[in-house]
Amino acid sequence: MDVELRGITKRFGDVIANSDVNLSIRAGEILGLLGENGAGKTTLMNILSGLYRPDKGEILIDGKPVRIESAKDAIRAGIGMVHQHFMLVPVFTVAENVVLGVEPVGRLDWLDLKTARKQVEEISAQHGLDVDPDAIIEELPVGIQQRVEIIKVLFRAASVLIFDEPTAVLTPQEVEEFFEIVRSLRDSGKALVFISHKLHEVLKVANRISVLRDGKIVGEADPKTATDAELAELMVGRPISLGVEKKPATPGPPLLEARHLKVLNEREEFAVNDVDLTICAGEVVGVAGVQGNGQTELVEAVTGMRPVASGTLSFLGQDITRASTRQCHRLGMAHIPEDRRRSGIIGEFTIAENMVLNTYYDSRYSSGITLRWPDVYKASARNVADFDVRTPSIFNLSGNLSGGNQQKLVVARELSRDVKLIVAAQPTRGLDVGSVDYVHDRIIEARDAGVGVLMVSTELDEIMALSDRILVMFRGRIVKEFDAAKATIGEIGLAMAGVA
Amino acid sequence: MSEQTKRESLSEQLLQRATVSRFDVEQVVIVPVLAVVLALIIGGVVMLATGVAPQAVAQSYAALFTGSLGSVYALSETLTAATPLTLAALGIALGFRAGLFNIGAEGQIILGGIGAVVVGFSFAGLPIYLHLPLALLAGALGGAAWAAIAGWLRAATGAHEVIITIMLNLTSMRLLTYLLRNPPIQNPERTDPISKSVLESAQLPHLLDWLEPNLRLDAGIFVAIAAVVFVYWILFRTTIGFEFRASGLNPDAARYAGMRSGFIIVAVMALSGALAGLAGANQVLGVIGRVSPNFSGGIGFDAIAVALLGRSHPVGVLIAGLLFGALQAGGRQMQASAGVSLDLISIIQALIIIFVAAPVLIRKVFPWPFRSKAK
Amino acid sequence: MAVTETAPARTKAIEHSRRRQTLITGWLLLVLAAFVAVVFGLDSSGNASFRLAFPGDAFAVPNLVVPAAPYAYAVAAILAFFGARHFMRGAARWTGWLLGIGLLLAVTAFLTWATDDKSFSLTGMLQATLVRAVPIALGGLAGVLCERVAVVNIAIEGMLLAGAFTGAVVGSVIGGIGGLASAVLVGGLFGLLLAVLVVTYRIDQIIAGVAINLLVLGLTSYASSQVLTTYRHLNNAPVFQSINIPFVSDIPVIGPILFQQNIFVYGAIIMVALSTYYLFYTRSGLRARAVGEHPEAADTLGINVYRLRYINVVIGGMVAGFGGAWFTLGSVGRFDDNMTGGRGFIGLAAMIFGRWHPVGALMAALVFGFADSLQQKLAILGTPIPSEFLAMAPYLATIVLVAGLIGRSRPPAADGKPYVKE
Repeated sequence: MDVELRGITKRFGDVIANSDVNLSIRAGEILGLLGENGAGKTTLMNILSGLYRPDKGEILIDGKPVRIESAKDAIRAGIGMVHQHFMLVPVFTVAENVVLGVEPVGRLDWLDLKTARKQVEEISAQHGLDVDPDAIIEELPVGIQQRVEIIKVLFRAASVLIFDEPTAVLTPQEVEEFFEIVRSLRDSGKALVFISHKLHEVLKVANRISVLRDGKIVGEADPKTATDAELAELMVGRPISLGVEKKPATPGPPLLEARHLKVLNEREEFAVNDVDLTICAGEVVGVAGVQGNGQTELVEAVTGMRPVASGTLSFLGQDITRASTRQCHRLGMAHIPEDRRRSGIIGEFTIAENMVLNTYYDSRYSSGITLRWPDVYKASARNVADFDVRTPSIFNLSGNLSGGNQQKLVVARELSRDVKLIVAAQPTRGLDVGSVDYVHDRIIEARDAGVGVLMVSTELDEIMALSDRILVMFRGRIVKEFDAAKATIGEIGLAMAGVA
Repeated sequence: MSEQTKRESLSEQLLQRATVSRFDVEQVVIVPVLAVVLALIIGGVVMLATGVAPQAVAQSYAALFTGSLGSVYALSETLTAATPLTLAALGIALGFRAGLFNIGAEGQIILGGIGAVVVGFSFAGLPIYLHLPLALLAGALGGAAWAAIAGWLRAATGAHEVIITIMLNLTSMRLLTYLLRNPPIQNPERTDPISKSVLESAQLPHLLDWLEPNLRLDAGIFVAIAAVVFVYWILFRTTIGFEFRASGLNPDAARYAGMRSGFIIVAVMALSGALAGLAGANQVLGVIGRVSPNFSGGIGFDAIAVALLGRSHPVGVLIAGLLFGALQAGGRQMQASAGVSLDLISIIQALIIIFVAAPVLIRKVFPWPFRSKAK
Repeated sequence: MAVTETAPARTKAIEHSRRRQTLITGWLLLVLAAFVAVVFGLDSSGNASFRLAFPGDAFAVPNLVVPAAPYAYAVAAILAFFGARHFMRGAARWTGWLLGIGLLLAVTAFLTWATDDKSFSLTGMLQATLVRAVPIALGGLAGVLCERVAVVNIAIEGMLLAGAFTGAVVGSVIGGIGGLASAVLVGGLFGLLLAVLVVTYRIDQIIAGVAINLLVLGLTSYASSQVLTTYRHLNNAPVFQSINIPFVSDIPVIGPILFQQNIFVYGAIIMVALSTYYLFYTRSGLRARAVGEHPEAADTLGINVYRLRYINVVIGGMVAGFGGAWFTLGSVGRFDDNMTGGRGFIGLAAMIFGRWHPVGALMAALVFGFADSLQQKLAILGTPIPSEFLAMAPYLATIVLVAGLIGRSRPPAADGKPYVKE
C-alpha cells in the first residue's frame, strides 16, 4: 500500500506546525523522517493517523484520495502508529491492551479474552515478538512494552507503520534488535516511517530520507550517499559543528560523595541499590543508562527530594543524608530537573516569580516573612538579560515561553547563584538545537570555573560530548566507569544492557 | 555599546510592566455581572413554574432589591449578612489558592461559635478590650483546630480533605446538639437546647443603634475588612503566601523548590479554619448573642459559592460577599412581602456558581458583550 | 532478552516496611485486648440475650444467651493471641485478616457488654443493617461508575436528594412504580448535567459537583416549602413493602435478613452484580476502564472518550436516583428537607474503601450500615453513651477508614482530570 501526503498544512493558533508538506510512503520501504525537536514531524504523523485534521491538503492511498477524520478511519485504512510516549494502559494486561477497540466479543457483549490471548500469541510467533499476553504492562520493561505497541499495530492489519522516536528508550543493543524487526516488517511488504532526530540511526536503517524543518520539507536524501554534516545542516538551516569543544578537565577536591547509597522507589523496591559515587570540583560526571534504572531516584536522593534508605551522602564534607532540599540549596547545590514543566517552573507564575522559586526566603529578597518585590524584580530582570531568556517582560507567565526559553529560565535561576555542584537531569530534553548548544556551553563554562557537574542523560551523544568521566547505571547499580576520552559507544551500550 | 551596558538596558526594559494589563475586564466584571443576571432570570422562570403569578415574580424581585439596598435598615441587614460570609469565604479562598478544597467551613463555624460563646459567658468582670478579643481569639482557635484535623490527615495519609471535612461537618452538628443539651454550655434556666448568653463585655458592639435601635450592623464588619487586608497581605506580600500559591499551582515544582508540603497543608487549613471560626464568633458575639442549634445557618456552604465567585482573590471575595449578603437580606424581605420561599436564593446562588465556572454558558445567551474569541 | 528480574531487591524492601506495619498492628491488637478485658469484662455481670427469631417465623430459633464477662475475657484473650502472633516471624501475610477479625470480635464484645442483662434483637439489627446500607451502597456504586471513567462525582448527594424528592412527589400522584421510574430518570438527568458541565465545558469536577448539590438542595427545599406545604397530597407517597421470596425466606436467621427485604435491597444487589459484569467482563466495560486509566490511549484507538464518559455518568446518575428513591418510597413515603443527611458522601467513602469495585463498595456500605443501625439500636438499649455521639459513629468511622486505607488503594489513573482532545 502506498500513501501520499499532498500539500498538508496545519496551524495551531499563530503557530504553523506544517506548511504545504508533500511526502510519499511506499510499500516495502523504510522512510526516514528527520527533523529537530519542534520541526513538525509528530504533528504530520498525527494527521496521518487521524488524531488531527489538516487545514489544507489531502491524503491519498494507492492514488485515491481518502478522508481520515478520526483514529478509527486511519486504523481502518491500514495506518498504524507507534507513539513516542506509549499509548498503553498500565494496569491492563498485554492482551487487553492489544485488543482494546477491536475486541473479540461473545454474547451480551462478553469480552472474549481467551481468543484475544490466542490472537496475540499468533502475531508474536509470526513476527518474532516474544511477549506474555497475561503480563501487566506496568510491570514490563520498556523494551517489551514497545513490542506490545508493535503487536497492537499489526493486530489491526496495518500496512503502514509509523514509528515516532522509537529508540529514545532503548539500549544500543535493543536498538539493533529493533532495526532487525523493522527490516523484516519492510521485507514482508509493509510501508514504514521512522521519525527521529537522531541522524546516525536514520542513516543506518532508512531507504529514503526526508528532512522537515520549521514545518516544511527542506530536502530529500539518499542514505547511501548523504553525510552527517549535510543532514545536520538541512535539519537546522545553517552549518553546525557536531560536538562540543572543551579543554581537558582539571578536577579539584571531591564535592559530593555517596557511599553504599540505597534509595526506595514508590513500589518499595530498591531503585538505587548500593551506589558509590564521587564528584570532584571542575569535572563533569555523566551517568548513562536506559530510563528506569534508578537514575531519577539517584538524582532525587542527592538533591534531598527523596529519603535515603541506607548509606551516606556528603557534600563539601557535610553529611547531607537526611538534609532537606532547601538545605542542599543553601550549601551550594543547583538542580536542573528532568521535567521542567512538572518540577522546574510554575506555568501560572510570572517569570520573576519563577526566578526566585527557591530563593525567595533569602535575605536578598525578603525581610522576615515579607517579600521585597522590587528587589526580586531587579534581580530577575538582570538574570533574564544575562542568560538570554527571550521574553518581552518579566511579568509574562512562564508557561507561555517556548521550551527552550523555559529551560534557559531554569538554568538562569540555578546558575545565577553561587553554586558548587550542578545536578542536571536530562538537561536538553525536547530542546531545539540552539538551546541545546546554549545549555551545553553553560555547563562546560561552569565546569571550567571549578563547579562540579553530575549529569544524567539518556542521550549518549550528550554524555560522550560533555562528560569527563562516564558512569553507567543498570538496575540501581553503577556497573561500569569509563574515561570519556577512551570510551566507545559499543562498550557503553553493553554496560547499559547489563552485560559488563 | 559594550555587552555589559547592552544587558543593563535590556534589564531596564524588562522591568516595565507588560502593556497588556493582567486585569481582564471581561473575566472580572462582565462574567460575574451577567452570571447574576442570568441566574435571576432563571430564578424567575422557576417561580413561574411553581405557580407564582407573574406580578408576584415582579414583586419578589422588587422586594429583593428594596430589602437589600432600599433603606438604611436594608443596608445594615446586607452588611450584617455579608460579614460572616466574607470571613468564611476568605478562609475557603485561601484554601483554594493552596490547592485545598475546604468544604468544612460550616463545621469550623460551629466550633468557632462554641469557642467564642464559652469564653463569652465566662470570665465575668473583664473589661471589654480584653474580653472581646479573647472571645474572638477563642473562636478563631476553635475553627482552626477543627480544620487542622483534616489538614493533618491530608498531610499524613493523603486522605482527600473533601470527604474528611464533610464528615467533620456532620460530626460537628451532632457535637453541637450534645453540648447544647448538657451543662456547662446549656443555659440552666432553659429546657430547650440553647447556650448561656454572652456577657456584655464580650459582645461586638452594634454600630448604628444610635440611629435606629433595630439596626443589627455590628463591629464584626471591621474584623471582616481587617481579614481581607490580612489575607491579601499574606497571599501576595509574604514568603508564606508565596509557598501557598506555589503549592496550589504546581505541588511538584513546590517540592522541588524546597517547600515543605506537609507543613503548608496544615498551615493553610488552620488559617482557613481560623477565618471560618471568626465568622462563627461574629454570629455568636454580635448577631445572636448565644449559640442556638442552627446558628451557623448554612453560612459555610454559601461561603463556598462566595469564594468561587470572588475567584479566590481577597478583594473579589469581599465584593462577592457583599453580593450574597444582599441576596440574603433581600431574600428575607422577598419571603416576607411576596411570600416566596427563601430557598429560591439557594437556587440562584448555585446557578451563579455554575455560570461563573463556565462562562461559555453565559456567552450562549448573551453573546454581545464579549469581544474576545470563545475558548 | 531483558527479563523482569527485580525479585530479590523488592522482597527485601517490602519486608522492611511491612515489618513496621506488622509491629504497629500487633501493638494495636494488644491494646485493644486490654481495653476489652478491662472496660467490658470488668464492667459486666450478667448474661446478654440475643434474640434470633421474629414472632411468626416458621422455626422458632432459641435466643443466643452469652455470659457477658466471660465472653469479654475470651475475646480479649483471642485479641492478645493475635497481637502476640504479630511479633513472631512470618505474620505479615495475615495482618489484614487478623486485624479485621480482631475488630469484628471487639465489636461483638462491645455489643455483649451493652446488652448485659438485657435482650437485643440481633437479627433485627442485621436486617436493619442491610436496609440502611442500601442508599450508601447505591451512592457508592454510582461513584464507582463515574470514577471508573475518571469523573469525580461529588454530586451524588444531590442526585440522591433529587431521586428522593421526585420519588415522593410523582409517587404520590401515580403510584410507587411510576415514582421509582421518574426518580431514576431525574437522577439520570442530573448525571447528564454533571457530564455536560464536566466533560463538555470542562469545569473543575469538584466545583461542578458542589454546585449541583447546592442547586438540588435549593430546588427541593424551595419546592418543598413553596408547593408541598400547600398541596399536601403531593407529599404522600406509597412505600414499597417487603417482598418475601418463598422457601428461602423461611431459613432461620438468614432468611429474614436476606430474603424478606423490599425492592430496593434486591435492586441494589442486582445492580451491583450487573455493574461488576459490565465493568470487568464486557467489551464496553474494558473501554470504559481504559478511558478512566489512560484516556489518550483509548482515544488513539478510536474509542470515543467523551461519549463513554457521558454514558457512564448518566448511568451513575440513574443508579443514584434509584438510591434516592429509597429515602421516600422505601422508607417514610414523605419528603423532608435535606433528608439524605450526608449519605451520598458516605457512599463516596464506601467507594474508596471498596477500592473502586462495585462489590467492594457494597461490602463497605454494609459496614457503614452496620454502624448506622448499631447506633440506633444502642440508643434504644439505653447505653451510657449519649445518642449524639452514637450518631457521630458512622462519620468518624468514615474518617478513620478513608484516612487509614487511602495509602494502599489506587483510584483510576486519570481520576479528576478533564480530557482535552486537540
